[in-house]
Amino acid sequence: MGLRKFVDKIKPTFSEGGKLGFLHSTFEGFETFLFVPNTTTTKGAHIRDCNDIKRVMIVVVVALIPALLMGMYNIGYQAGIEGILPAFWFGFLKMLPMIIVSYVTGLAIEFAFAQKRKHEINEGFLVSGLLIPMVMPITVPLWIVALSTAFAVIIGKEVFGGTGMNVFNPALLARAFAFFAYTPQMSGEAVWYADSKTGATALEQLASTGDMQWSVMDAFIGLIPGSVGETSTAAILIGAAILLFTGIASWRIMLSVFVGGLAFGYLFDAVGMTEFPAYYHLLVGGFAFGAVFMATDPVTSAQTNTGKWIYGFMVGALAILIRVVNPAYPEGMMLSILFMNALAPLIDYFVVERNIARRKKLIKNVK
Amino acid sequence: MSQNIKLCKGLDIKLAGKAEARLEDAPMAKSYAVSPLDYENVTPKLLVKVGDKVEAGSPLFFDKNNPRILFTSPVSGVVSAINRGEKRKLLNVAVEPDATQVYKELKVVDAKASRSEIVEMLLESGLWTRIVERPFGVIANPDASPKAIFVSAFDSAPLAPDYNFALKSEKAALEAGLAILARLTDGKLHLSARKGDEGYMSEVKGVEYHTFSGKHPVGNVGVQIHHIDRIAKGDIVWTVNVQDVVLIGRLVMGGKLDMTKVVAVAGSEAEKPCYKRIIAGAAVESIVGKVLENVRIISGDVLTGVTTAADGYISANANMLSLIPEGNVYELLGWAMPRLHRFSVSRAYFSWLCPKKEYKLDTNLNGGERPFVVTGLYENYLPMDVYVAYLLKACLVKDLDKMENLGIYEVLPEDLAVCEFVDPSKIEMQQILRDGINLMIKEC
Repeated sequence: MGLRKFVDKIKPTFSEGGKLGFLHSTFEGFETFLFVPNTTTTKGAHIRDCNDIKRVMIVVVVALIPALLMGMYNIGYQAGIEGILPAFWFGFLKMLPMIIVSYVTGLAIEFAFAQKRKHEINEGFLVSGLLIPMVMPITVPLWIVALSTAFAVIIGKEVFGGTGMNVFNPALLARAFAFFAYTPQMSGEAVWYADSKTGATALEQLASTGDMQWSVMDAFIGLIPGSVGETSTAAILIGAAILLFTGIASWRIMLSVFVGGLAFGYLFDAVGMTEFPAYYHLLVGGFAFGAVFMATDPVTSAQTNTGKWIYGFMVGALAILIRVVNPAYPEGMMLSILFMNALAPLIDYFVVERNIARRKKLIKNVK
Repeated sequence: MSQNIKLCKGLDIKLAGKAEARLEDAPMAKSYAVSPLDYENVTPKLLVKVGDKVEAGSPLFFDKNNPRILFTSPVSGVVSAINRGEKRKLLNVAVEPDATQVYKELKVVDAKASRSEIVEMLLESGLWTRIVERPFGVIANPDASPKAIFVSAFDSAPLAPDYNFALKSEKAALEAGLAILARLTDGKLHLSARKGDEGYMSEVKGVEYHTFSGKHPVGNVGVQIHHIDRIAKGDIVWTVNVQDVVLIGRLVMGGKLDMTKVVAVAGSEAEKPCYKRIIAGAAVESIVGKVLENVRIISGDVLTGVTTAADGYISANANMLSLIPEGNVYELLGWAMPRLHRFSVSRAYFSWLCPKKEYKLDTNLNGGERPFVVTGLYENYLPMDVYVAYLLKACLVKDLDKMENLGIYEVLPEDLAVCEFVDPSKIEMQQILRDGINLMIKEC
C-alpha cells in the first residue's frame, strides 16, 4: 500500500521531537481518519467490537443528509427557482459556504485544543459542524456562523474538557448565542428567504394568527420557510429511522419528546389556548429536528434509561409550553432542550439515588 | 427444584475455532510453574530456592499478608527457576518434573471432620488458594465465615469449555468436593447449571440447585449471585470454579494432591481445537505445540484471560487456552467500510444480518480510546442492577463512598468484560474496576 508507506515515511516529522512535532495531534487525526490504527488490546478484553466513535458520528452525519438535501432544495424553492435541480443547485451554493465556515472554524479550534492537551482529536465535531449551519436561517452572515461556532466549541465544549464532557449541546449553544447576540439576523420576517422576499415562518404565523398559509402536506414535506435543516419533517423522519435502526439515538428519548409535545399540544388545544390541532406543533418549526438530532445527543441528555423518559417528555412539553405561553419567542425547542441539558444530571442523580437506595435496603434485610 | 432464572441481557460472541468434543492427553511438560500473579493482592514469600527437590503438594511460597495461605507445587521434581520481573517482583516459580511423580503426604480428612480440620487440609494442600472471596475477588480469608458459597457449573464466555464434557467422568470427585465446601459455610452451597444443558449437575445432592438461561455473562458466578442472593455491604461469599471443586474432591478421595485437569484449546489459530488433559501450571508449549507467528496465546477466554508468551505457562485460573490472530495491522478507512468480516453489536455494521456466522476476530482495538460518549449501551450487556458508567466514573475519581453505593462489592472485572467489548469509546473497563477494587482493599 503506497499510501501507508507515505504516511509511515512522514510520520517521524510529525512525531514528538520531529520538525513539525507541534502538529502531532493534527497529524494523528488525519492518520486515524485514513487508517484504523494498528493498536492492539493490552489490558482487559482481547477482542473488541469493530464499532468506534468515528463510525457512530459518521452514521449521525449520514442520518442528517436527507434533511440537508431537502433543506437545500427548499432554499431554492422558497426563492422561487423553477425546477428541482436548479432549485437544489441554488440552495447548495447558498448552503456550502456556511458548512465550510462552520467546519473550518470548529475543527481549527478542536485541533488547537487537542494539540495543546496532547489528546487525540475527537470526532464529535463532525456532527456539530454540520448541525450548526442546519439550525441557522439561510441569510445569516458567515461571520455570525463563525463567531457562534467558535463560542459553542470553546465555551460550550472545550472549557469542560472536550467531547463527552460538555453540559450543553454545542450546536444548539451556537444557535442560542447567535439568536440572542444577533437577534435581527436570526429571527423576524427578513431572514428566511435567500432572495429579497420577506415573510414570517409557519411557526410565527401560527403563533400570531393561529393559522398558517401553507398546507399540512407542505409543512410535512418541507416546502415552508425556516432554518435549513428543520423544515422537512419527512426528511427528518428518514434520519430518525436511520438513527433508531442503528441504535445510535435513544428511542426512549425520541419517543418521549414526541409524546410530551403532543400531550401538551392537546392540553393547550383542549383549554382553548391554541386554535390549531396539536400535531401542527410537530410539523412546523424545529420540533422534529430537535427531537431527532438534538435532544438525543447522548452526552448532554439524561444517561439512565428511566432518566431518558423523563428528560424526553420534559423537552417536548417545555417546548410547547414556551411556544404557546411565551409571547416573545415563537420557537421553544432550542431553549427547552438547553434547559433540559442543564437539568439532565439532576434527573440522573435521582434515578441513580434510587439504585443506591435499593442496594442499601439489602443491608437492612440481612440485619 | 428452584425456578429457572432467565436473563435477557448479555451477548454471545460467536468465534471460529470451538473445541471439538475430543480429549487428548498432553505430554508431560518440560516444566510447570506457579505464579502469584494469578491471584489478586498476594505478596509472595519464597520457601524454596533453585535446585531444591519438591514433591507434588510441597509449598513453594506463601502469602505474607496471611502466612497460612500456601502455594504448592502441582508436580514433583526440582525447582528449576525463580523468575523475577522489574524490582525483583516474583513472576513465577518453575519446577522441572520427575519422570515418576512423588506426592507429598498430606493430612487428608473427609467431610465428616471438623470445619477447622477441613480448613487446615485445604490450606496445607494449597487448594485453599482456589477459593475466591467476594467482595473483591481475592483468596478467601480462612478465618472468615461466608454467608454462602457459589459454584457455577458452566462457562458462557466465547469458546469456553463445556464442563459437561470436560468433567464427564468426575461426578464422584465433584460430589466429594461439594461435600467439603458445604462444611465451610453455615449458609447455603449454591450450584448453578445452564438450563437444557445440565448434564449430571441436576442429580448432585446436598446443594441448592439453580438453572440459568441467557447470554454471556450468564455463566459468571457474580451474575448468578446477583440473582440468587445479592451481596450487600458487610457480606462475604465464596466462590469456587467447578473444575477446582473436582480437584478438592480428588484430594479427599485419593489422599494426595492430583492437579490433573482438562482444558480446552480453542480459537481460530488453534491447529486442532480440542480438549487436553494437563497438570495445572503446565508450560503452554506442551499443550499447544508450535504456534505460528503473530498469534496471541491467551490463558483463559478472549474476554478476561491473560496474554501468555509461547514459552510461558497456563494460568492457575484458566480452564482454556485461546489462540487468536494479533491485529497489529492498519486498515484503510476501516471506520467507513462495510467490514463484513468483523463483528459488531451495532447495526451501524452488518453482522446483524448473519447471526449464526462464526467470526475470526483479531486483537485490534478497532479505534482509539475516547471519553464516555455513548450512554445506555453498557446496561444492556450486564444483567445486574448496576449503573456501569457511574460505577466506573466513581472508580476513576477514587470516590470510595460512591464506589460502595454503586455496587463495587457485587462486581468483578470479568463481569464487565462484555461491556468493555462493545464499548465504542474503547475504555479499559476491567482495568479501571480492578484499580478501584484494589483501592478499596487498601483503604478498608
